[in-house]
Amino acid sequence: MTETSGSQGRLSVDRKGGVHVVHFLDRKILDESNIVEIANQLFDLVDATKGIQLCLNFGNVQYLSSTVLGKLITLNTRVNEDNGKLVLCAIRPQILEVFKITKLTKLFDITDDETTALSHFN
Amino acid sequence: MQGWHEIMIPSTPEGRKQAEAEIMKTVGELGFTEEAQFSIKLALEEAVTNAIKHGNRFDKTKKVTIRYSCDHRTLTVSVKDEGKGFDPDKIPDPTAPENITLPYGRGIMLMAAYMDRVEYSPRGDEVTLVKENR
Repeated sequence: MTETSGSQGRLSVDRKGGVHVVHFLDRKILDESNIVEIANQLFDLVDATKGIQLCLNFGNVQYLSSTVLGKLITLNTRVNEDNGKLVLCAIRPQILEVFKITKLTKLFDITDDETTALSHFN
Repeated sequence: MQGWHEIMIPSTPEGRKQAEAEIMKTVGELGFTEEAQFSIKLALEEAVTNAIKHGNRFDKTKKVTIRYSCDHRTLTVSVKDEGKGFDPDKIPDPTAPENITLPYGRGIMLMAAYMDRVEYSPRGDEVTLVKENR
């Protein structure tokens, strides 16, 4: 059930049963300035929510660059350090391949869809 | 499209977008598959970003020169910056366990994975990417 929802710049954030579910509003996450803006919005969310349960839904994303991968790694580290949990979901096959090539599928908890992602949280 | 075409851009995101737009329009018009276009966009993004970021270090007075040749079968693109160059063999393997959590160093691997051929100039200030349309 969606408890709250809102838009933070380039992201929309919903609360579903204690999990923050983030959707990206950009289809292409490529520009350095956009990436920094998106990352800062995510870092602010993590900083504001102790032990955050965070689900990133990539369903809208058609392209991303290796810079985004770097930001996701930093985000994952920060979430884990704060005893939170991060799950990525709904990643298009072409983009999922990027995660596989770089072996980041070993680092991230990735699910096919948002429903499955939500089941990964306590 | 026959012959070589040259685009010289400033070291800015706008310059990168301009070059990408021209090349992606070309491969689209020449009938490159969706899969090939995804690969080209990804590799081009990494190559031009590396040139702007690591080569020219965001110095707006320095240019990135992009030359490309394309027909309905093959795209060849070279990206050259005005930096000191680098040795691609000295870039650590980002998939090694000790590097997997580093938030950088994956662009070169992605270019290699998505292109049919990737070659660097001896000085390391120019990369040439080749993609077959299939």
